[in-house]
Amino acid sequence: MSSVKDWAAPNPITENRGGLIGKGVDRYEGRLKVTGSAPYAYEVDAPSRPAIGYMATAAIAKGRIARIDTRAAEASPGVLLVWSHLNAPAQAPRGTRANPRSQRPSNPVLASDRIDNFGQTVAFVVADTFENARAAANLIEIEYAAEPGVVDFVASLDQADQPPGEEDVHIGDFPAAYAAAPVTVDETYESPVQNHVQMEPCATTAWWDGDKVTVHTSIQMVKGGQHALAETLAIPSDHVHLLTRYIGGGFGGKGQSYDDLILAALGARALGRPVKLAYTRQQMFHGTIHRPAVSMRVRLGAQPDGRLTAFAVEAVTHCARKAIFTEHAANFSRNLYAAPNRLTGHRLVQMDLPGAGPMRAPGEAPGMLSLECAMDELAEKLGLDPIELRIRNEPDVDPETGKPFSVRQLVQCMRQGAARFGWERRNPKPGQVRDGRWLVGMGMAAAIRGNFLLPAKAGVRIDADGIITLRQGMTDIGTGTYTILAQITAETMGVPMEQVKVEMGDSDFPPAPGSGGQFGAATAGSAAYDAGMNLRKALTDLAVGDPNSPLYGGPAEYVTFENGNIAIENRSETLAALVARAAPQGVYVEGSISPAADARDYSQHTYGAHFAEVGVDTVTGEVRMRKMFGVFAAGRILNAKTARSQVTGGMIWGVGTALTESNVVDPRYGSFINQDMAGYLVPAHADIVDLDAIFLDEADDKANPMGIKGVGELGICGAGAAVANAIYNATGVRLRDYPMTPEKVLEGMLAAGL
Amino acid sequence: MRPFTYERAADALSAVKAVAENPGAKFLAGGTNLLDLMKLDIERPTHLVDVGRLPFAGVEDVNGGLRVGGAMVNSKLAAHPRVRELYPVLVRALVSGASGQLRNKATTAGNLLQRTRCAYFYDTTKPCNKRQPGSGCSALEGVHGAHDAIFGASKACIASHPSDMAVALTALGASVETLTPTGASRTLAVQDLHRLPGDTPQVETDLAPGELITAVLLPPPPEGGQVYRKVRGRASYAHGIASVAVAGGRVALGAVAHKPWRAAHIEDALAAGASPAEAAEAEMAKADRSDRNALKIALVGRLAAAAIEESKTRRVA
Repeated sequence: MSSVKDWAAPNPITENRGGLIGKGVDRYEGRLKVTGSAPYAYEVDAPSRPAIGYMATAAIAKGRIARIDTRAAEASPGVLLVWSHLNAPAQAPRGTRANPRSQRPSNPVLASDRIDNFGQTVAFVVADTFENARAAANLIEIEYAAEPGVVDFVASLDQADQPPGEEDVHIGDFPAAYAAAPVTVDETYESPVQNHVQMEPCATTAWWDGDKVTVHTSIQMVKGGQHALAETLAIPSDHVHLLTRYIGGGFGGKGQSYDDLILAALGARALGRPVKLAYTRQQMFHGTIHRPAVSMRVRLGAQPDGRLTAFAVEAVTHCARKAIFTEHAANFSRNLYAAPNRLTGHRLVQMDLPGAGPMRAPGEAPGMLSLECAMDELAEKLGLDPIELRIRNEPDVDPETGKPFSVRQLVQCMRQGAARFGWERRNPKPGQVRDGRWLVGMGMAAAIRGNFLLPAKAGVRIDADGIITLRQGMTDIGTGTYTILAQITAETMGVPMEQVKVEMGDSDFPPAPGSGGQFGAATAGSAAYDAGMNLRKALTDLAVGDPNSPLYGGPAEYVTFENGNIAIENRSETLAALVARAAPQGVYVEGSISPAADARDYSQHTYGAHFAEVGVDTVTGEVRMRKMFGVFAAGRILNAKTARSQVTGGMIWGVGTALTESNVVDPRYGSFINQDMAGYLVPAHADIVDLDAIFLDEADDKANPMGIKGVGELGICGAGAAVANAIYNATGVRLRDYPMTPEKVLEGMLAAGL
Repeated sequence: MRPFTYERAADALSAVKAVAENPGAKFLAGGTNLLDLMKLDIERPTHLVDVGRLPFAGVEDVNGGLRVGGAMVNSKLAAHPRVRELYPVLVRALVSGASGQLRNKATTAGNLLQRTRCAYFYDTTKPCNKRQPGSGCSALEGVHGAHDAIFGASKACIASHPSDMAVALTALGASVETLTPTGASRTLAVQDLHRLPGDTPQVETDLAPGELITAVLLPPPPEGGQVYRKVRGRASYAHGIASVAVAGGRVALGAVAHKPWRAAHIEDALAAGASPAEAAEAEMAKADRSDRNALKIALVGRLAAAAIEESKTRRVA
């Protein structure tokens, strides 16, 4: 196993002679996407015209199907197949793994008469057209035997238990320190269920060739989807060829597969022709996962100078009975501020709702909404600037583990952000700044998010025309992965971008873990870098061993790769000339990355600081963004443009979290009330006025050979709290219940006599 | 979507007759609401008569006011120089409704006849008297809805009408011109077009089966300033939590009732010399108070008072 020390030596990426690392290179696949010619899973060319599937879904939250009548659907025009639990093909039992190495277990559909959540798939229709399939599905008659379920989170808080296998973290003596602290904050913050609302709903096109199935599907993790389908259908995983070339947003919601994958494959097998199936927008809300509601109690005890002596962050959240998942909303707080006496932990309510799961920085995104407001509240009690309070609690080492930080520039992020944003314009006394009918305020919050490296492989080949092709079972969920992998490969090989092709999203390619947890760029990129380094070795061997090469005889250790050439001082030739002559069939090598054995000796995170300015309508309580600015420190930045897009996108989701995004359960029905994007409001262009972000110079040589870290989730972490703090600064009304809709803000203003 | 047949109307009278004679038939114009509802199995017409291409898409000057064709799309109406000159409240209402894409398709007549955004109307697994008469109203005891009606609601339905445009038209005293199946045309005020829910919330207007809105008639602009303000969860686009249109001494409220709500008590109070806040209070005192709409009532009152105040600083050129 490698050590982080192995990564400290200069290499082609850190030397960056071609200047491609950090450059704001345009999207590799941008032209395809904006011209509509990048085929998504539902749009791929199948070997013959696909039949179209449609799912019928459950109208109750819990119980069983007492009677189902599909006769009218079967007789409906164009219908090819109708399945319910009575006649669906046999599948492996839920949660089982025939192959213990499968990354995902069996996930059967239509397996019994049981209903475990509203919106569960209860029937499947395939027809010649989408309209015929949907019309037929609407003719299916179902009688339910409903049972009472646990669907109301707030009413069920007393059922919260320790998540399986987890313990609270106690350091020092929190109760005593809190009791002794002269200044305290004890507040509870609520955040609601949120939905991912990816632009592309989950979708699959499937066809069979003998006993092997090809599926194009929209999923963040190639191997997970391949294994889930193989386990469910009880076939070897190498009989499943899964492709996911273009993905219209994931946000964590496509980290797993759904019924579309299983049913399209089963339908295609039964009909002997390609079948495609997509969730409707409405079906996405119950048919896929959501971020659970979180109730967080924060208790802070401080000395008059602002030093924290007591620190407790406790989260209660929920998940589905059949899919245990904990939103680890308190975890981030273990690494953020110094305090000798600490308590952090989670409680979980198991409910009869659809599955809860990861969404846009799981843990930090809802978690930071609490602590970063509590710090604002504490700063006011202490008469301190919120930035100064955070600086006074900046730890020298990780406050929970005592490990050294790999790199930590949180204070620099806050200071630079304050200077560039104009934080000195903020009136620390709330409710003072008016602009016409608006009250104007500013808020800030810190950002922290872990950095991870997982095992991955990559393959790279060079052909006789000099084109270098990277192949990896990686995904690009709209983040820029194609682009940064092309940059890494081009820089490693010393060739221009035009000489590099990237092919991914294919289970036949060397595996990478996919997109999630902001580990994608570091993980896939490091494997791509390693493959490139191995190709350099292979081409060096080829050149110095070829009597017809000007590099013949070496010395190999002086070989350089620049400008498309392989060279030893003034002896050089193009890579294309070398390969065409010495290896006309091309050269293919693989590379890999795995976490360093001593990586866990360091506390390793990405950091940032958010600044927000809002206007609050004094008549209506409407909050409108005026300005938002973020400063981030996340290792070496691969691409200035895509990285900025990542963090500003996260900040925009933070605005959604603070102001609009919420789904509410109607406890009478156990279903979410919002089932479309007219009801579930996400920020659009007019909601974001002046938004910008910068990155600090940084390289983290404990992270991976390239010194990069993830940026995919950092931008949302803390962003909503900065907005909430700005609302308080504007109005003097402190809200602790997200999102801060006009009605909640108005309610607070009325109570305050505004 | 259920199977249906389609015809493109050759002229208005044949369109009206085609719909009047077929209980399963509906008019189709922009389709921005009807087609969505058909996909969701909420609307189930068996026959569509496309009136979107009939020659009702112009604006003409009539007696100091304007006559707007029923098929004119919202974005063109909002951009029309005469409309911008005479009726700024209508322009503001139009551009605060829906999204740019929808406004490019949605027609003037269709906008008036769009159906509610009540979440329970859209979820076919839930009772809804408007969708399935007699099944009950889920919203009545449901998750608090920001769009719920606070005026003129019934036990059968507390949905509100979502149109912004109709609120401005009500304040402006506009009327609709229709073509009836007999070939006669009639005129009725926009404020009399829609009904309160009563026991039949599925019946939303006083139009006869097959009666087609061919034009909207705008009287000359009233003396005094015009203001439209809408409260919504986000700036970009969203259905209103509340809205108010002020045109001189006339005031209408939106997202508060099953129809665009002419605020007669406000108008009377203003005419009697009340302050905007007092006038708004007079209207809100008549709202249907429940244990969950106090905030909305407060919001609408503040909004109306502020808009009336603002209208005093505005003058039409």
